[in-house]
Amino acid sequence: MKTTTWKRLGLVLLIASACLLPLAVEQYRTFQFTLVLIYAIAVFGLNMLIGYNGQISLGHGAFYAIGAYTAAILMEHGAWPYWATLPAAAVVCLISGFLFGRPALRLGTIHLALATFALALATPQLLKYRGMSRWTGSSQGIVLDKPEAPFGLPIDADQWLYYFVLAVTLVMFLLGWNLLRGRFGRAMIAIRDHPTAAAAMGINTAYLKSMTFGISALYTGVAGALGAIVVQFVAPDSFNLFFSISLLVGVAVGGLATIAGAFYGAVFIVFVPNMADQISKAAPWAIYGVFLIGFMYAMPTGVAGLIRLAGNWLWRRMGRKSAGER
Amino acid sequence: MDALLHQVFSGLATGGIYASVALALVMIYNATNHINFAQGEMAMFATYVAWSLIEGGLPYWAAFSVTVGLAFLGGVVLERVVIRPVENAPGLSAVIVSIGILVIFNSLAGWWFSYTTRSFPSPFPDSRPFGSSLLSYHELGSMGVTLAMLVAIYSFFRFTSLGLAMRAAAQNPVSSRLVGIRVGWMLALGWGLAAAIGAVAGMMVAPIVFLDPNMMGGILVYAFAAALLGGINNPWGAVVGGFIIGVLENLAGAYVVGTELKLTVALVAIIGTLVVKPDGLLGKTVVSRV
Repeated sequence: MKTTTWKRLGLVLLIASACLLPLAVEQYRTFQFTLVLIYAIAVFGLNMLIGYNGQISLGHGAFYAIGAYTAAILMEHGAWPYWATLPAAAVVCLISGFLFGRPALRLGTIHLALATFALALATPQLLKYRGMSRWTGSSQGIVLDKPEAPFGLPIDADQWLYYFVLAVTLVMFLLGWNLLRGRFGRAMIAIRDHPTAAAAMGINTAYLKSMTFGISALYTGVAGALGAIVVQFVAPDSFNLFFSISLLVGVAVGGLATIAGAFYGAVFIVFVPNMADQISKAAPWAIYGVFLIGFMYAMPTGVAGLIRLAGNWLWRRMGRKSAGER
Repeated sequence: MDALLHQVFSGLATGGIYASVALALVMIYNATNHINFAQGEMAMFATYVAWSLIEGGLPYWAAFSVTVGLAFLGGVVLERVVIRPVENAPGLSAVIVSIGILVIFNSLAGWWFSYTTRSFPSPFPDSRPFGSSLLSYHELGSMGVTLAMLVAIYSFFRFTSLGLAMRAAAQNPVSSRLVGIRVGWMLALGWGLAAAIGAVAGMMVAPIVFLDPNMMGGILVYAFAAALLGGINNPWGAVVGGFIIGVLENLAGAYVVGTELKLTVALVAIIGTLVVKPDGLLGKTVVSRV
C-alpha cells in the first residue's frame, strides 16, 4: 500500500477512537480531553502565525480571552444559544487580530514580540476595566450555565460537550489544512522563507501578514469561546501573560509548522501541569521553561518532527526488508 | 499644583528605574540584535538573592554589592551557557529561548522563596527631606543611585579600553575579531553588565512595589515602552524614554485612566510609537540591503 493510504487509514482510526474515548474513560478525563481539543485549536492558530508565517505573538492569550468573553457576554446578556456564539467570537477575533496586527506587522519580529508581550500583560487589567463591568463582571468574571445534551441523547453533559468540541475541532482543522495547502498558505510560507522574493512575486506582504494574524486570532478566539462554554466561567486573571506563554509552549513542543503538532502540544500543556503539580506549585512552569529552550535547541520540529523521523526510519527498514525478501 | 508636582517627581523617581532596565535592554539589543525578555525576571531573582542576604544578617550595602557582583557573574554564565547556541539563530528562536529563561526564573523564585509578597528594606530613611511633600528619601535616593550608575556606565564605555572593545564588538564583530578582540567574551560581559544593572533597578524598586516573583512584569513593559520611545538602538534614548514614560505613567494614572489601567498606558505608548515613529525619538533608522 502507498504511504498516503496508510496515512488516511490511520487518520480514520484516530478519529474513530476519538469518538469512542468518552465512553471508555471517567467523567473528569473526558473534561480534560475536551480541553486538549480546545487548546489544540488555539495552538494550531498560533502555529499558523509562528510556524507557517514566521511571525511571533506572545499575546495570543488576549485573543483567547476576547473569544471567551464574546461567547460569555452573548450567552449571559444576549441569551444566545452556546453554539451560535462561536461564529460571533470568530468574527470579533478576526477583526481585532487584523487591526492589532496591522501597525506592528510592518516592523520586524522583535517589535511584534514587544507589542504582543505588552498586550499579554495588559489583558487582565483591560478585562477588569470598571467602565465595562456591567458586561464583563469586572474581576468576578461571568459564570455560565452548563449546556445539556440535545435531542434526548443518552449521554451526560460532559460527554455531549466533548462531542460538540470534537466536531468543531474537525471542522476547524479541515478548513485550516485546506487553507495552508492552498494559494494563501503557500504565500504565507513564501513570506516566512523570503519576504523580499515573495513581494517580488506579487504577494501583498503587509495585507497577507495582517490577514494571517487575523486568521490566527480567529482560531484562538474560537478556542476561547469553546473554553468559556466548557468551563462555564470566565475571569480576567486566568488570561495573564503565562497563559499566553503556555500557548507558545504548545507550539514549540508540538513542532513549528506542523498540523498534527497542535495535538501533541495541547496534550503537553493539559497533562504536564497536572502531573508536575504534585512536586510543587512552581514545577510545571520550570518544566515548561526547560522544554521551551530544549526544543528550540534540539528539535525545532517538536514532537511531530520526532514522530515523523521515527516513522520514516521504520518505513525504510520495512521497505528494505520486503525488498530483501523479493 | 503641589499634587501635580508630586506626581511629576515620583514619576521621575520610577522613571529612573525604567531608564535603567531600558538601558540594560538596549545594551543587549545593540550587541546581539535580540531583546532579552528575561531581563525583568533576572532582576527579580537578584532582588530575592539580596533579600536572603539581608535576612541572613548582612548589612544593606554589603548585600547590595554582593548581589550586584553575583548578578554580573550570573549574566555572564547565562550568556555562555544558554544564549550562545542561539547567538546567530533567527529572531524567533532567540525570543522563545529568552521567554524560556523568563519562565524558569519566575518559577524558581516561586519555588525557593514562595509566592507570598514580602517587603524589601530601603537603605534610605523613612521620612521626607527638607520637610517637603514632593519626594521621599527613598525616591531621592533611588534617583541618586540610578544617576550614579548611569554615569559609571557612561564612563566605563567612554574612557576604558575594555568599554571601547565592547563597543567595537557590538558595532562590527568581524573587524573587531580581526584586531584581536574576543567578541564572544565581550557579549558575555555585556550580558553580565545588563544583569548587574537590572539587579540595581530591582533592589531600588522593590521597596515600592514589594517583593514577589511577578513584581518586574509591569516594570519590564514600561522599560520596553521607554526603550522603543527613545529609540531601541540608542542608550541615551533609553534613559530619556525611561524618564518620559515614568512621568507619563504617573500623570495618566493620577488624572486620566486611574491606577487600574496603568499597564495599558505602556501598551498604548508602545503601539503609538510603532505607528507614529517606529525608530523612536533618538533612534537611528536602520536601512538594510536586500
